[in-house]
Amino acid sequence: MSGAVRLLAALIGLAVLAAAAIYAPAVLDDYMVRVLIVMCINAVLVSSLALGNGFTGVFSIGHVGFVAVGAYVSGILALPLEAKASLLPDLPSWLASWYIGFLPSTIAGGLVCVALAFAVGAPLMRLSGHFVSVATLGFLVIVNVVLINADDFTRGARTFTGIPMQTTLPWALGWLVVTLVVLARIVYAPTGRAYRAVREDTIAAQAIGLDVLPTRLSAFVLGAFFAGVGGSLYGHYLGSFSPKSFYLQYTFLLVSMLVIGGMGSLTGSIVGVIAVTLLSELLRNLERGMDIGPITVPPLYGAAQIVLGIIFIFFMIFRPSGALGDRELRLGWLLGRRNSSERT
Amino acid sequence: MSPGLYIAQQIINGVSLGSLYALVAIGLSLVFGILRMTNFAHGDMMMVGAFAALTIGAAGVPFEWSLLGGIAIGALTGVIVERVAYRPVRGAADVTLLLTSLAVTYILENLGILLFTSSPHDFPIPEWLDSSYEFSDGQITFTQVNVLTVVLTGISLSLLGWFVTRTDMGLGMRAAAEDMQAANLVGLDVNKLIVIAFALASGFAGLAGVLWAAQAGVVEPSMGFTPLLKAFVAAIIGGFGSIAGALLGGYLLGALEVFIVAFLPSELSPYRDALVFSLLIAFLLFRPNGLLRTSREVKL
Repeated sequence: MSGAVRLLAALIGLAVLAAAAIYAPAVLDDYMVRVLIVMCINAVLVSSLALGNGFTGVFSIGHVGFVAVGAYVSGILALPLEAKASLLPDLPSWLASWYIGFLPSTIAGGLVCVALAFAVGAPLMRLSGHFVSVATLGFLVIVNVVLINADDFTRGARTFTGIPMQTTLPWALGWLVVTLVVLARIVYAPTGRAYRAVREDTIAAQAIGLDVLPTRLSAFVLGAFFAGVGGSLYGHYLGSFSPKSFYLQYTFLLVSMLVIGGMGSLTGSIVGVIAVTLLSELLRNLERGMDIGPITVPPLYGAAQIVLGIIFIFFMIFRPSGALGDRELRLGWLLGRRNSSERT
Repeated sequence: MSPGLYIAQQIINGVSLGSLYALVAIGLSLVFGILRMTNFAHGDMMMVGAFAALTIGAAGVPFEWSLLGGIAIGALTGVIVERVAYRPVRGAADVTLLLTSLAVTYILENLGILLFTSSPHDFPIPEWLDSSYEFSDGQITFTQVNVLTVVLTGISLSLLGWFVTRTDMGLGMRAAAEDMQAANLVGLDVNKLIVIAFALASGFAGLAGVLWAAQAGVVEPSMGFTPLLKAFVAAIIGGFGSIAGALLGGYLLGALEVFIVAFLPSELSPYRDALVFSLLIAFLLFRPNGLLRTSREVKL
């Protein structure tokens, strides 16, 4: 495709998405819209997780730590002043008298995560293999402990509430588009090749002059930015949350979306999000209990998660690189055309 | 209160906590030593052991036997998990093994929720165990459960020491940890050795789970997670994959945690876990092979 055609296609695509996002709530019922919003947020989080875990091969389990930081930072900033005075009376005065809107607080959440990721990543990105996973899990625990104990800022283990619920479908979808465009521009460019070179063979990558640490760190930091953004979106979607909302359960959900979709692929992340969301929605009935003919199945709490875990293990055994692996779904493929462009 | 007695009390607390960490950390190290696998599901064997003991005890079986039952069912679960989930992915990338164990954790914990609900259950202990000792007018106290913990840990570790140094199977296990391929070449049945490693590791975790539940008085499906993380720290402090290292790391960590709470300003106490994990990260960075180990792995 020539440049002009591609630009036109992109513009048309965006217009269609925008129209869909704006008119979807009129057509779909409330429940569907909520599922779509959560899917968009999860897609932001999973694709940003793919950047570090899939493309540079440094498997972090601490992503949700950044999500939590993003949610809390943007939540504190965007809390209306009256609510701030009553819910967080011990907030330092410079924060207590401050109020910014949804978009700036989301970006602020992302930027705080960037700073944090620099500080945490500079040492951690030196590690590889299992050790980086254990250490990032340690980071997640540290974030959780700090959130629970920093009462003045977070209300501790109690629910943090009162955040304006502003994450509508256009916002969520808009951020998803921004995330995917930014990530795709990076991953399918020389930087992205450096990422994959570091992943495939660290020693060979060093031999051709790539610096491993800055390469890994840049992916980690950028991933953290979008984790913070996603956290803010999630916070502004839920309206109230607690440190427990951003812990192991959510970590496993995101990791399973990433792994099932395919770690080295952005469209794979989206496939993973859709697949796992559909599965969870289907299995949700198990938790409610149901009647199959004359037999009444009691509510089975945890059954949905068990099924997800088993599917996860099946993927690990039979298709460890996920549904898409390193490939991307392409428009040409969708239209049934053979695609001759490069595959890495 | 005299400072000497206060310190003595803290040492007692540290030894008791350290015994549990050591029991769990040794299992992690046994499995890591042979398979180079970070087994996130190890902590859940504690939960399985504790719930098994609870269920057996509820049927009217004396505590001694339900304790043994907890160990046995913990070990059995470990072996089943190895056969069903880990063996099919053996030899795959590090991350695949690790993720598989993460999924096993998720399944086991939710199985716990499905069978026992997510709320904590009381863990009854028999009368002979429910007593405590006091010395020097109550300045030094410890419970019968503390004593049992230390004694049973001592017995199990001595048995393990005997097993890995005096029996053919134990020697074979260490050989496989040294070099799996070579062990295979000289005719050792590596599959069998791995099963034994998992049975031992999970049995220890089951024991630790019952003791943990007896100390805490409750069991819940998520009870294995915190001890698992602590055991990671302990194993890494000592040198991941080394049995002696895990033992040392377990006791060091137990002492460290108790001393953080006892001697540092009380504002820091809630941050104990955060401090412990900062220590983990520091070790991974500056001494990735632990206190006992000289460099063996390629680190990049």
